[in-house]
Amino acid sequence: MKPLTLRRLLLQCSILVIILFVVVVVALKFGAVPVSLYALGRDLLSVLFGQSSQISSDYGLIIVNIRLPRILLGMIVGASLSVAGTSFQALLRNPLADPYVLGVSSGASLGAILALIVAPHLSISPLFAALLTPLGAFLGAAATITAVYFLGRREGQIDSTTLLLAGVITGSFLSAIILFLMSTLTGSLRGLSFWMMGELSTPLQKSVYWFLGVGFFVAAGAIYTTASDLNLLLAGEKEAMHLGVDVPRVRLVVYIAASFLTGLAVSVSGAVGYVGLIVPHVMRFIFGSDHRTLLPTAAIGGAIAVIMADTLARTVVAPTEVPVGAVTAVIGAPLFIYLLRRRLT
Amino acid sequence: MSSGSALARNPFEPARAGGDSRLSVEQVSYAYSANPTQAPLFTLEATSFQAKPGEIVAILGPNASGKSTLLNLIAGSLAPLSGRILLDGFVTHSLTPKTRAQRIAVVQQESRLLFPARAWEFVLQGRHAHGRSLRFESEDDVIIAKNALAQVGAADLSDRWMDEISGGEKQRVILARALAQQPLLLLLDEPTLHLDIAAQVGLLDALRRLAAENRYTVVVVTHELNLAAEYADQVVLMQRGRCLRVGPPASIYRRELLEQVFQTPLTVEMGASGRPRVTVLSERSGEL
Repeated sequence: MKPLTLRRLLLQCSILVIILFVVVVVALKFGAVPVSLYALGRDLLSVLFGQSSQISSDYGLIIVNIRLPRILLGMIVGASLSVAGTSFQALLRNPLADPYVLGVSSGASLGAILALIVAPHLSISPLFAALLTPLGAFLGAAATITAVYFLGRREGQIDSTTLLLAGVITGSFLSAIILFLMSTLTGSLRGLSFWMMGELSTPLQKSVYWFLGVGFFVAAGAIYTTASDLNLLLAGEKEAMHLGVDVPRVRLVVYIAASFLTGLAVSVSGAVGYVGLIVPHVMRFIFGSDHRTLLPTAAIGGAIAVIMADTLARTVVAPTEVPVGAVTAVIGAPLFIYLLRRRLT
Repeated sequence: MSSGSALARNPFEPARAGGDSRLSVEQVSYAYSANPTQAPLFTLEATSFQAKPGEIVAILGPNASGKSTLLNLIAGSLAPLSGRILLDGFVTHSLTPKTRAQRIAVVQQESRLLFPARAWEFVLQGRHAHGRSLRFESEDDVIIAKNALAQVGAADLSDRWMDEISGGEKQRVILARALAQQPLLLLLDEPTLHLDIAAQVGLLDALRRLAAENRYTVVVVTHELNLAAEYADQVVLMQRGRCLRVGPPASIYRRELLEQVFQTPLTVEMGASGRPRVTVLSERSGEL
C-alpha cells in the first residue's frame, strides 16, 4: 500500500518541469532563423534581469519578441486544454472526452466570433472589449457542454457512445455556422483556419498574457480542489455520493471551470484539437489515474505537448507554417481511433 | 422527545426516539413518477421497523417489490414522501453527503471502474469522507484500510488490480471499502447476486461476524429466501411496494405467505438451528 504523498507529487511534477524547460529551450532555438545556444542564453538572461533594451542582435529580438511569447501562449493553451480534457473525462465518465471531440472548442470558437462581431457595436472601454472575446468563448463552451451533456443521455443516464456522437455532430454543426459567418462577413475578423484548426501565431498584448495566466491558475485551482472527489466520481455519481462526495457542487464547479479553460484557450488560439485527449492518457499511463497527480501532470504535459507540436508546425515546412491544430490532429485522431477500438473489444 | 418539525429544522440535534435502536424507520413512504403531472409509476407504502447495533436485517421480496427503494431511502439518497428515518436520532436524508458517508456505508450490486485501480487504492476511497477535501491519506487511513482488508480476509489482494480478481474477491474488496468508512450502518444491495454459492456463504459469514464484532447495524436487500433465513435477525418482507411483515425469520417464513409473495409453490421446514429452510417446488415434478 503506497498512498500518494506530497513529496512524491512534487517529485513527479519537478521531473516534468525539467522536461518542459528543455522543450522550451529547444523550441526557442529552432525555427526559420537558427539561433545559437550561447546567444539564446545571453538574451534570456537579459530578459530575466529586466534589461531587454540591451538585447542587440536581430536574432535576440526574434527570440524575445516572437518565439518567447508564442511559447508562453502554447504553454497556457496546452495546459488549459489538457486540464479541461481530464476534467471532462472524469465528469462524463468517458475516457474519450476532450474539448475538441465534444464540440466544446467549436462552441467556444463560435462564442468568440460572435463577441468579435458584436464588440465594435458596443460603446465600451477597450480593455473590456478585449475581455469580451474570452467571455464569449467561455459562454459558447459552457452552452455547448450543457447541450452535449443532455443530448448524450439515454433513459436518464449518460451513454458514452451517444455522448461522443452528440459531441461530434454538435461540433460539426457549430463549425458549419462558423463557416457561414466567416463567408458572409468580411473585414477585421481573423482568418478561417485560425478558428477551425488552431494557431499560436497571433501576437497579443502583454496584458492579455496576464489575464490568461491568472485565469488559468484560478480555474485549474478550482478544479484541483475537487481532485479526490473526481477520483470517486469515476465509479459513478451514485457511488461517489455514498462515499461522501457532494456531487452537484463538484459537477457545477468542474463544468464551469473546464468550460472557462476551454474558452480561454480557444479565444487566443482557435480550436487546437486532441490535446485534452492525448495528454491525460499519456499521464495516466505513466503516473496512474489519481487526479491529485493527474491534474498537475496533465497541465505540465499539455504545455510540453503544445510547444512541441508548435515547434514542429513552425519548422517542418519552414519558412511556411502549418497551423498547430493540424499537427495535434494528425497525431491525435489516430490515437482516438486506437483508444475507441480498444474500448469496444 | 423532539417534534418532527424541530428535527427538520436542525438535523444535527439528536432526537431521543426509538429507544435503544440505532436505526429507526418510521412510517416511511415514497412515490416515483416520471414527471410531476403523471400518476406515480411506483409507490412504497408506509413502512416501519427498528434495528439495534449488531443486528442484521434482511429486506426480502421478489423483483420490483420496493426493496432497493427502501434501501435508498435508508441511505438518505432519496427523500421520503412521508415519515422519517433516524440513525442514532439523526434524520439520514438531512445529513450532508460527507457526514452521511461517515455513518452509512452502501455496497452496490456492482462497482464499475473507468480506469484500472489496485485493491488498496479502492479501499482507501472509503476514507474520503473522513478527510479534508485536498489532503493526502494519513498513516491512520492506511492502517484502517489494511484492517478493513484483513477483516474480510482479503489482505493478500491488496496489491492486485481490481479488474483482475474474481467476482467473489471483488465483492470482498468492495465490502472492505465500506468497512474503511467506519460506519454505524452498513447497507448492501443484493451483495450475493453474481457470486457462486461458496462466495455467497463466505461473504455472509463475514458479514455476520463483522456485525457482531464491530457492532454495525446491517441491512441487506436480497431475494434469496434461504440466505435471509440463515443470516438475518429480522426480515422485512416486501411485495409490490408494500411491507407485509417484519419479524424474525421463524415468524415470517409461513408457507402460504411466502407462496403468495413469491408466486411459486414451496415448502418450509424448521432446521435444527431453529432457522427455517425453504424448498421451491416445480409444478410438474414436485421438488425442483
